[in-house]
Amino acid sequence: MTETITRTGADEPGAAETGAPVLEIEDLHVTFPGRGKSPDVRAVRGVGYSVRRGEILGIVGESGSGKSVSSMAAMGLLPDSARITGSIRLHGEELLGLDDKAMSAKRGSRISMVFQDPLSGLTPVYTVGDQIVEAIRVHNPKMPKDKAAARAVELLELVGIPNAAHRFKSFPHEFSGGMRQRVMIAIAIANDPDVIICDEPTTALDVTIQAQILEVLKAAQRETGAAIVMITHDLGVVAGLVDRMLVMYAGRPVEVGAVDDVYYRTRMPYTMGLLGSVPRLDTDERAPLVPIRGNPPSLSDLPPGCPFAPRCPIATAECDQGEPELLEIGGQGHTAACIRAPEIDREGWTAADVYPVPEAAPPPEAQVRREDRETVLQVDGLVKHHPLMKGAVFKRRVGTVYAVDGVGFDIAEGETLGLVGESGCGKSTTLMEILSLERPQGGTVDLLGRRSGTMNARERFAVRRDVQVVFQDPMSSLDPRMLVFDVVAEPLRTHGLPKDRLRARVHELLDLVGLDPAHAGRYPQEFSGGQRQRIGIARALALEPRLLVLDEPVSALDVSIQAGVINLLDELKARLGLSYLFVAHDLSVVRHIADRVAVMYLGRIVEIGAVDRIFRDPAHPYTQALLSAIPIPDPEKERNRSHIVLQGDLPSPADPPSGCRFRPRCPKFAGLSEAERTPCIEVSPDLEATGGDDHTAACHYAQGRSVV
Amino acid sequence: MWLFLVRRLVNYLVLIVVATTCAYLLAASALSPRVNYENQSPRPTEAAVDARLDELNLNDKTPLAERWVVWAGDVVTGDFGKTVTGASVNDEIEIRVLVSLRLIIAGVVIGASLGVAIGAYAAVKQYGLFDHLSTGAAFTVLAVPAVVVAITLQVAAIWVNDVAGEQMLVFNGEATPGLDAGFFGTLWDRMKHMFLPTMALALSQFAVFSRYQRNMMLDVLGSDFVRTARAKGLTRRAALLKHALRTALIPTVTYFTFTFGVMMAGTTFTEKVYNWKGMGSWLIDSIATNDVHAVAAVSCFMAVCVMAAAFLSDVLYAWLDPRVRVS
Repeated sequence: MTETITRTGADEPGAAETGAPVLEIEDLHVTFPGRGKSPDVRAVRGVGYSVRRGEILGIVGESGSGKSVSSMAAMGLLPDSARITGSIRLHGEELLGLDDKAMSAKRGSRISMVFQDPLSGLTPVYTVGDQIVEAIRVHNPKMPKDKAAARAVELLELVGIPNAAHRFKSFPHEFSGGMRQRVMIAIAIANDPDVIICDEPTTALDVTIQAQILEVLKAAQRETGAAIVMITHDLGVVAGLVDRMLVMYAGRPVEVGAVDDVYYRTRMPYTMGLLGSVPRLDTDERAPLVPIRGNPPSLSDLPPGCPFAPRCPIATAECDQGEPELLEIGGQGHTAACIRAPEIDREGWTAADVYPVPEAAPPPEAQVRREDRETVLQVDGLVKHHPLMKGAVFKRRVGTVYAVDGVGFDIAEGETLGLVGESGCGKSTTLMEILSLERPQGGTVDLLGRRSGTMNARERFAVRRDVQVVFQDPMSSLDPRMLVFDVVAEPLRTHGLPKDRLRARVHELLDLVGLDPAHAGRYPQEFSGGQRQRIGIARALALEPRLLVLDEPVSALDVSIQAGVINLLDELKARLGLSYLFVAHDLSVVRHIADRVAVMYLGRIVEIGAVDRIFRDPAHPYTQALLSAIPIPDPEKERNRSHIVLQGDLPSPADPPSGCRFRPRCPKFAGLSEAERTPCIEVSPDLEATGGDDHTAACHYAQGRSVV
Repeated sequence: MWLFLVRRLVNYLVLIVVATTCAYLLAASALSPRVNYENQSPRPTEAAVDARLDELNLNDKTPLAERWVVWAGDVVTGDFGKTVTGASVNDEIEIRVLVSLRLIIAGVVIGASLGVAIGAYAAVKQYGLFDHLSTGAAFTVLAVPAVVVAITLQVAAIWVNDVAGEQMLVFNGEATPGLDAGFFGTLWDRMKHMFLPTMALALSQFAVFSRYQRNMMLDVLGSDFVRTARAKGLTRRAALLKHALRTALIPTVTYFTFTFGVMMAGTTFTEKVYNWKGMGSWLIDSIATNDVHAVAAVSCFMAVCVMAAAFLSDVLYAWLDPRVRVS
């Protein structure tokens, strides 16, 4: 394996076996000139790194840290208006300043790129085969078409597209997101490049698909021997994959080094904060996360000193004097841009020493047993089927999408149920069905003792008061033309709060979610993503609901911001005695916040139980695979874990397999004998107790297994 | 599939029947062919007028329903009846459709291609000089009524003719009557007649299409797949032509088809100003001459054209965009 060879002292000139660097970037600056009166945006300010053949370099940072812009500069794909200075050398040849024609000859042949969103990355009107052939032939115009096509099929096989010769003629929309990302990788490696830049290649994908794609990337690297630059915000993905890493903040690298050094001997407070704010899958105790306070600085108006100083808990007056240089600390090419790094090194400080740990919320309702608490939400056998339509010229119904197909769970007062599953498993549909208060197509929904579909208008109005929702995207769920005051006051007005008490209540709510009440007169777009989500929470809390439905409330936020919102939700629950229905695809977040977890697959719940039980000892093979696929931000642990990589994609909910729906992808099913398989094929398993607690799993061969 | 096709066509047929019937009923009750005879001198006797109108199935003394039944019975056999002067409406349609086609094909094709090219290029050079100029030109044409455009072109043509010292551009009719100049001479003569009305049509089409294409192109310019194409090693130009423009053309092509259908009987002003005897001018003329059957025939023709265009643009869309084709 190439990774193991290159892991030793990759930055040392003495590492002869890795040879000369393939890609070298030095003192790169990228500035986007402001239009009209707006100031210039200094997106990248002095980035430098080099990668050798077979090496994997990770670039980590939050949105706006300049990690993507610097790699787009290396590809020569920035808009003409961008001012780029510094040096980008490929095999020693300077790329900056090459014209489009010369650069095009390098792009895709010597240096190639895999982008974030595979759904929009392929031209919708050409077949995937044609698009790969195009990538081959643009650099080898003399290669005959049939040879290029044969090579394309070969590439499709390499990236794991089943039945490649046939799928060659498919259009992109006929492929799932994971399959399309495989095609993107096939295009990237089509001409045996020396460097592959991967820009958040798995961010848009589900976690089981992410595990597949990471495997494909490793295979592609073995095949081509290329250097890989892995850009990501996910500290888990980097941990097990890369040799060296570079942490970026506000357009500059702030800590660089071998992956173990950066994780275990962190010397820059920002990196510490980043690591501390990630909810962990592998820790049992539920300590509050360590958020980094404040927001990243605006790249058009940077503070004079260290850009992190305003958010840094150990900043001193000296930090504002000037921007610190990247200086070697602790040897082995480990550098950090912090004037207090030597001090941190000497004292051996960790995140816990640097960041004030927020007070743990008192355990809510812990005294009363679950059975004795009131049930806030009871769902039984909920069904939601959509008609499946086909055709553009002639619309007609061709089938049924079994979006939600018999889902049941309950939430007790003061409890958080995490509803998890991959996209398309029906978790959002379940949520919308509950919120609609209409009579479901099948099954029952009881909210606070009232049955959906049997209420009259006034009763529905009353129930809505007690059940509020927080949406996923804080950018689009707030009306941009309403003042924050009006956003929060709207539910209060609707439910008839007297005018004279309105102002006091809104200010109280803003204060409750950690916003300055003086900002009530601003518009939502003046706030950052995390602050907007807090506004959304304030709006949801306005009517003092008893159940809060949270639809992926933190998935659109950066980790350092996300930690603050999670802590807020934890604290609000304890203070106000709320119950949460928390829908998420990020299991680490769920482990942190939920009391109970329900895992959904293809419109059914496959496992449900107490959070610790499910994470420690999952019984359903799907839950096991899901948990196993999540990378842990701990390089040592991550390297020693063996991931269960599921085969294939989620089947279409319009055509679920017979019997157990997880059967075609189930690793356990694959190992069963013919006779043992019969129940899986014929009988759809019900949720059955696995022994102890109220933990149930829907598997004929349920068996606990630790995978984290 | 065939069942759906049949169902859809039946649907169209019903719509066409309804539209045409409405047009007939409206025309037959609002227009009065009798007036045409009453204004003649010497004034014919009422009995003679009645006889003539009865012969044409235009007599307002016959109940409307009765006239409609006779007319509809003829239409079902493919006969749209007689004009007020007693000529066959069918023959007239045949001539006029060809005239309209000659005018529209050249005008719309030239205008749309020009509009697509200019709009796409303007999008690539967004906020550049070319973009500003083409935007200004397009909005000027859009803001000025078609009649004014046509007449302005006439004025320009007169100036060109003056400068050239001979009749280079003709703006009356579609051919010089009684000209005998062989094949090429006739062709040249027709070209001279065609130039101005074609220009007038093309200008307004250019204005619409350039705006439309510019927006479509802007939508795809920043899209990920164009970036992917460039990352493969295509030059900016190649990526824009092969990936961006190809994708951005889909809605334009279907819009083009639809426009074409609507235009078939919708170029009234151009035809009137340049004195072309096409379908558009016929509608105005027949209303002025109380020609009930002609009005109904033109309305029917319009309905057929719009339906056919809508259907064609749907089919074309499915054919061009694989996302729609395979569902």
